[in-house]
Amino acid sequence: MQFGIFSVGDVTPDPTNGTTPTEAERIRAMVRIALKAEEVGLDVFATGEHHNPPFVPSSPTTMLGYVAARTERLILSTATTLITTNDPVKIAEDFAMLQHLADGRVDLMLGRGNTGPVYPWFGQDIRQGIPLAIENYHLLHRLWREDVVDWEGRFRTPLQSFTSTPRPLDGVPPFVWHGSIRSPEIAEQAAYYGDGFFANNIFWPKEHFARLIELYRTRFEHYGHGSADQAIVGLGGQVFLRRNSQDAVREFRPYFDNAPVYGHGPSLEEFTEQTPLTVGSPQEAIDRTLRFREYFGDYQRQLFLVDHAGLPLKTVLEQLDLLGEEVIPVLRREFESLRPAHVPTAPTHESLRARGAQGTTTPEEGTA
Amino acid sequence: MTTRTITVISAGLGQPSSTRLLADRLAEATTSRLTERGHEVDLEVVELRDHARSLANTLLTGFATGPLGEVVERVGSSDGLVAVTPVFSASYSGLFKLFFDVLDPDLLVGTPVLAGATGGTARHSLALEHAVRPLFSYLRSVVVPTAVYAAPEDWAGGGADTALADRIGRAAEELAALVSTREPGVADRRDGFEQPTPFEDLLFGDQR
Repeated sequence: MQFGIFSVGDVTPDPTNGTTPTEAERIRAMVRIALKAEEVGLDVFATGEHHNPPFVPSSPTTMLGYVAARTERLILSTATTLITTNDPVKIAEDFAMLQHLADGRVDLMLGRGNTGPVYPWFGQDIRQGIPLAIENYHLLHRLWREDVVDWEGRFRTPLQSFTSTPRPLDGVPPFVWHGSIRSPEIAEQAAYYGDGFFANNIFWPKEHFARLIELYRTRFEHYGHGSADQAIVGLGGQVFLRRNSQDAVREFRPYFDNAPVYGHGPSLEEFTEQTPLTVGSPQEAIDRTLRFREYFGDYQRQLFLVDHAGLPLKTVLEQLDLLGEEVIPVLRREFESLRPAHVPTAPTHESLRARGAQGTTTPEEGTA
Repeated sequence: MTTRTITVISAGLGQPSSTRLLADRLAEATTSRLTERGHEVDLEVVELRDHARSLANTLLTGFATGPLGEVVERVGSSDGLVAVTPVFSASYSGLFKLFFDVLDPDLLVGTPVLAGATGGTARHSLALEHAVRPLFSYLRSVVVPTAVYAAPEDWAGGGADTALADRIGRAAEELAALVSTREPGVADRRDGFEQPTPFEDLLFGDQR
């Protein structure tokens, strides 16, 4: 089981004092948070990708490259990389380069993006969101696996005799997670390739995500990658922790009430009941997270959102201390003891390299 | 004897409201017409007022939860819908629109709908035709030809106002006829979870 954090990268005023970090401060804070994640023993740092204010992370591999140079073990990932509006050729190049610089500590999560104007800004049409995600990823998948690619599709200028450089480190493409909030097509896509499926899970009802994950697991088995319970599932979550539950609620409430996404809507109490948001003690976060496994089955990656809605950097770093000292060690032990032997852990560069040496194929490679 | 599921949506604000009164009359008339045709009727009346906060929250969070989630689920699997709104500012009320705004745009495709409205004066009656009917046309529902508007004077005479009673009867008859011939519980939309589009179709569908 891998544990980590994912950051949206929003620049939001702190509602308790009205101060707003500059872009420079927010970018430095994101890096500080990533470094802290490694210090406290987390496995993964994932950054969002946005192309409009108030978000700073428009250039994820630049940030992750910098973090890579200052860390030793941390896996660098995204949440999400826009497969609809980025050129798949550039994704192939950027992440292969990052892979080399980070000694393989790289994977990525693909998403469609839900900001309407980003599509036309990048020359695309939001109504083609699913076809873009399907076609662009198909090209990306080939660029990392075939040295020379001839290609023609609906959305991008054709390629003749194109080689994406650098080639993936050790000939092992970065592992890909497909993120989805609503779309069964994306679960189908992840299952087809035998890739990971990440359920954002920030908004429940849990029944909805359970259905998406069940579909992915069933189709993963259908396409011959293993049994349904061997499919690679990641989940989002959201915590605000203090040793004493009441302190956590009191301190987090103004941030919750004014949060850009759900603020001024449901109460903190309603939202914690309806969604995975946990505001409370480390023990409450442990209990809640262990329950995810009961709904969704054994899974491979848990990412928490901890640095949004204007929370000060100091507070976020304290959150990471609590996660690293009190929550994650217990969760690691518990999840590991519950995981059946035939259920795999999350793929890493090393595990994929070992698997590649054994010559496993995807159905696509098997039938092409 | 087969069961038909009818859901009545009332956007009245007062308790009791004339909107609910009209909704109940339409529900009762629809039920008796379906019963005459040999159907059992599973009827539920939903007061949107009870879900006002949940509706606003759903707009912000993107997901209907709890009792509102159950209403959405029921509406999606209903064989027919009776939708009644007060007329505010020459159109449906904001609360009424809020409910249809949080539904998946495909949820009511092909669903027979009887539309009703109430207002302070008969001069607003065409709001049913220029506002409510186009809303359901957008949702690709099948709206019955008779829409029922009730102004204050329609309630005069202890329910003996034959004009309103006639309109209610005609509209209920039209809805019952549509619902009766429709396969019960069969939505006219594909469920991407029950029947996922195979990936080869997603990838090469346009080339076949």
